[in-house]
Amino acid sequence: MAMATAETGVIGGVAARFRTCPASGLKIDLAAQRLIKANAVAAVVFLAIGGIFGLMVALTRWQAVHLLPADMFYLVLTAHGLDVLLLWILFFEMAVLYFASAVLLNCRLAAPRIAWLGFALMLGGGLLTNITVLQGQSSVMFTSYPPLQAHPNFYLGLILFAVGALLGCLVFLGTLVIAKEEKTYEGSVPLVTFGALTACIIAIFTIASGAIILVPTWLWSIGYISEINTVMYKLVWWAMGHSSQQVNVAAHVSIWYAIIAILLGAKPLSEKVSRTAFFLYILFLQLASAHHLLVEPGVSAEWRVFNTSYFMYMAVLGSMIHGMTVPGAIEAAQRRNGYTRGAFEWLRKAPWGNPAFSGMFLSLVMFGFLGGISGVVLGTEQINIMLHNTLYVPGHFHATVVAGTTLAFMAVTYLLLPLIFQRQVIWPRLAKWQPYLFGIGVAGISLFMMGAGTLGVARRHWDVAFSDAALSFAYPAAAFLMLALNGLSAILAATGGALFVVLVVASVLWGKPVDETNIIESLGPMPQRQVGDAVASYGNAGTWKLPGTYILVSVFFTAFVLYYFVNWKYLSQLWPMG
Amino acid sequence: MAIHPPERRVWWNEPIEKDEIIWIVIAFLWGLVMFGAMVYWHIEGRQNLSTQAYRIDPALFEKRTAEFTKQFKVREEGTTGIPVARPMAGGDVYMLARLWEWWPVLELEKGRSYRLHLSSLDWQHGFSLQPVNINIQVHPGIEHVITMTPTETGTFSVVCNEFCGIGHHTMVGRIHVVEPGSTAGSKPQ
Repeated sequence: MAMATAETGVIGGVAARFRTCPASGLKIDLAAQRLIKANAVAAVVFLAIGGIFGLMVALTRWQAVHLLPADMFYLVLTAHGLDVLLLWILFFEMAVLYFASAVLLNCRLAAPRIAWLGFALMLGGGLLTNITVLQGQSSVMFTSYPPLQAHPNFYLGLILFAVGALLGCLVFLGTLVIAKEEKTYEGSVPLVTFGALTACIIAIFTIASGAIILVPTWLWSIGYISEINTVMYKLVWWAMGHSSQQVNVAAHVSIWYAIIAILLGAKPLSEKVSRTAFFLYILFLQLASAHHLLVEPGVSAEWRVFNTSYFMYMAVLGSMIHGMTVPGAIEAAQRRNGYTRGAFEWLRKAPWGNPAFSGMFLSLVMFGFLGGISGVVLGTEQINIMLHNTLYVPGHFHATVVAGTTLAFMAVTYLLLPLIFQRQVIWPRLAKWQPYLFGIGVAGISLFMMGAGTLGVARRHWDVAFSDAALSFAYPAAAFLMLALNGLSAILAATGGALFVVLVVASVLWGKPVDETNIIESLGPMPQRQVGDAVASYGNAGTWKLPGTYILVSVFFTAFVLYYFVNWKYLSQLWPMG
Repeated sequence: MAIHPPERRVWWNEPIEKDEIIWIVIAFLWGLVMFGAMVYWHIEGRQNLSTQAYRIDPALFEKRTAEFTKQFKVREEGTTGIPVARPMAGGDVYMLARLWEWWPVLELEKGRSYRLHLSSLDWQHGFSLQPVNINIQVHPGIEHVITMTPTETGTFSVVCNEFCGIGHHTMVGRIHVVEPGSTAGSKPQ
């Protein structure tokens, strides 16, 4: 157990208690470990709450079920966005930041008390906003566009939460400085830490944007400011709202690299290429606010074209690079491990029964094919006219944030349980199925919402039959079918999500303790490593060609190009306008 | 490995595989194509969002829409009492958004261009023309002028697709498109 093997070390004049990780030999600061646990637990709690709200939303939009009355629907939808998009994701990201700094760099955590203060602020702020929403005074949707006004505590809670997250970012940066000063690692930081640093830098930008818009909006809600400009609000709010999704991208791509390193011994094909791809995120992702201003009055076309494309798709380039280097690193590692037959033996013989691997790979595929392609199409200036505020939008971001980020976070949790919580995953046979259950459910949610959106169905809408409207209208019958299939998919995803929560809670409480004798088996099935591969100091060196990866990216690219031009074709059939 | 520092301290000199470079170049060029497509559509395409917009007092926009409706009213829509305005082909058309209606109902001629003035009197709304699927955000205090040319006849609905409070899902407007020259109000009421 942790405490039994803990030792006290004095580094830089500061005492810190360590334990030595039996798998990696890394020293793990117990203060960092406690913070990782606390943040991960808070994250999972909010995932459970927000997930239940999400299921209720989907069952209401399924017209035959139509679960909630209108006022409850809008309330629950607001809470759903808040709890899963903000609280689950950011609490987990704090855990990732502490793991990628203190643990991977073999270092003590900077200022654990500040980190706890940050945690308390995040928790307090998150609860305050939740309570305000549940009291029914703030059904303004997660975006809270003025002049629609929420109760002041709605904004105040978000501000407190953001300050807490900012403190977490600063602790992460402080830990990097300490690790450098105290020479706890040699050379450059690991790629995963580099990716986490990318996430942290973008997070600071998004939190600053959030402060710039939420503080005046809060003052407006209590009457100190008379008016908030509605277009300016969207510009600055989305500098927080969309850029924070890029924090998720940087975080979950880092997790992809971490999982394949731990399970397969995969190395980046090229440190230079992968790091440059992360760097492109830092340079260009902040422009994404424009994605929400493509059909607004008063914004010039030049501004829209330049910003919506992240300056000529330079950030998309970053993701397309990772989309090749991640499977490429898996293929190279597997071929080194001896799976060299044909184009795809490396993939067939991958540890599909290990939920960390299957979750990671499903996340990679669905983020690219569903989330990535739909995001670029949705963000194309003119095509957005057909898709703005339809269900296509949540369809897209459920593919990125749920299938991409959430599934990657779930996958890495199966490694954090033995490595940080020092508990074996309880019921490994059930755990094996969890990523597939959740993944297939989320794929359905994304596809069917995108399908309904293509048919014009509005997002954030209680009644697609418009039964109370003075003028009658109904969406096509196919749209009702899409919404029913979306409801069924949501049940599947919710089952997978509930299974995840139960597995995590039960493992933490009753899982078999992990020590040096069983740590490797506790990480789940993984391929035999080829010994003596020390020659290959980086992923590309002295390995085979990667035919499987080239086939995969070719399929991806073909799908991307076809779908992109199909949408231009649809657009050309719209009423001419200008 | 990705969880360890790079094994070679000077990792930035490591060669990049040719195939990796090819993919990067393809992805970069594809980005340029997609960027160029948006620029091209502004020159050659016929579906671009108008950038013509003015600040306006909501009360003034309401007055102008009322005057427009009075001038061009041809009938009322069914039994709803909502006026139907049939403006001159090629002219200015007003439609306002408020909690929770699009007002008035419009009757337009197929193949003729209209300057559609959109604004909101209260909160933000979403102009979503169905089943054509044209979606435009409508802000209070901003008058957006969009030149639009209906290409098909029929009855089209304007749904609100920006959340605007508890009655959001009842906010439906209507646009009729008729053949040029057909008599106003000739359809059964």
